[in-house]
Amino acid sequence: MPETNTTLAGQRRLLWRTAEVRQVIDETPRVRSLVLNVLGWPTHRPGQHVDVRLTAEDGYQAQRSYSIASAPEAPQLTLTVERIDDGEVSPYLATEVRVGDRFEVRGPIGGYFVWTAALGGPLFLIAGGSGIAPLMAMLRHRAAAGSHVPALLLYSSRTFSDIIYREELNRLAALGDGPRVFHTLTRQQPAGWTGAARRIDRDMLAEIGIAATAQPRIFVCGPTSLVEQTTQSLLALGHEATMIKTERFGPTGALR
Amino acid sequence: MQDPPVARGFRGKRPPSGNDRIPPGQHLTSDFPVLSAGPTPTPRPESWSFALQNGGSLLGKWNWREFEGLPQTRLKVDIHCVTTWSKLDTNWQGVSIDTLFEAAGIAQPPQPYVMFHCDGGYTTNVPVADLIDGKAMIATRYEGEPLLPEHGGPARLLIPHLYFWKSAKWVRRLRFMEHDVPGFWESLGYHIYGDPWREQRYAGD
Repeated sequence: MPETNTTLAGQRRLLWRTAEVRQVIDETPRVRSLVLNVLGWPTHRPGQHVDVRLTAEDGYQAQRSYSIASAPEAPQLTLTVERIDDGEVSPYLATEVRVGDRFEVRGPIGGYFVWTAALGGPLFLIAGGSGIAPLMAMLRHRAAAGSHVPALLLYSSRTFSDIIYREELNRLAALGDGPRVFHTLTRQQPAGWTGAARRIDRDMLAEIGIAATAQPRIFVCGPTSLVEQTTQSLLALGHEATMIKTERFGPTGALR
Repeated sequence: MQDPPVARGFRGKRPPSGNDRIPPGQHLTSDFPVLSAGPTPTPRPESWSFALQNGGSLLGKWNWREFEGLPQTRLKVDIHCVTTWSKLDTNWQGVSIDTLFEAAGIAQPPQPYVMFHCDGGYTTNVPVADLIDGKAMIATRYEGEPLLPEHGGPARLLIPHLYFWKSAKWVRRLRFMEHDVPGFWESLGYHIYGDPWREQRYAGD
């Protein structure tokens, strides 16, 4: 079978490729990163995602989408998965999987929620919970590409121990031209906490965010409620809708 | 073709029933997840309108009050998102594309394809054949309530037999086209047509 199929329209079909787990990183009590070897991976742009397909012994299959957390420059593909307790795929990926296990991935997918150093900045990233994953791909790419584009990450987590990539973010921020990283903890804060202690709101965006006059490229990823609230606040602060790109997960907050 | 690798220890949650209503690669959800590429637009009802366009000519245009006054259609349908969730038995109300064409005096669609244009700049392409004979509507109500803005309110397209990205939110204009031209996601690697039963998720599927 050829490596890629080409349709009449000249579009290459995305093939399922076997991924082998090379490393498992416990990020938080609910979140793990899986570092994968994917034979023939065609590279990606920061912000894109993959479909993961799991096959059971009897042939039953389940697939879901996950953001890519690694930079294109990294030799291996990293996915960061939060365990959804009543989920089907995430409990397996975030609890069961160990080094040497194999499953399939297909991608990269999505070409809108994407930032590369060539696009320039300033870069204004806003994350809620595991919504950090595609934004981390952007920050890792920024560092790997030696980009000097001003960058700010505003990151909302429930508690201190829920902060994903905490130490790596500290290291990136400590670099000479590293990104500014600002945390807010919405549920519980440790003693001596110097970050914010509430949900992201308009005042917080006005106070620590990049001003609309600087025309930052804005990427917001997190639960629907966070994305809705944040993007409406950004519009109210004068940012252009076309400069704001979003990825949402989770249901609407409204009862139906 | 080689068998896919078995994920050691994976059992999965098999759907208990209604299996024949779930397309390949999909799973059931009871939520209604929200997926949009940018901020949710919040148009005022007084400035909202819906238009039918062919080339440079306007075939029909309704303001919110006029649109709400058009004969209403109700649909109970299953919906399928390309991100792999499916939701069964969703109830929608709105104006069918057949009704719109009739109200605009269009006996025969002038072109075989359509581009839908939305607030926020989103577009999606659909063959006319997939819109008529009760197959699609401009929905304004979901489960008896006005559509929430994050779900596409005040009005979204509903084409339940195609992946749900085709059911464009915040829809404002239908433009006839001679040829099938890719819309927003269709230009970014997603399938030009998007049939969930043929699992047409991405270009070339």
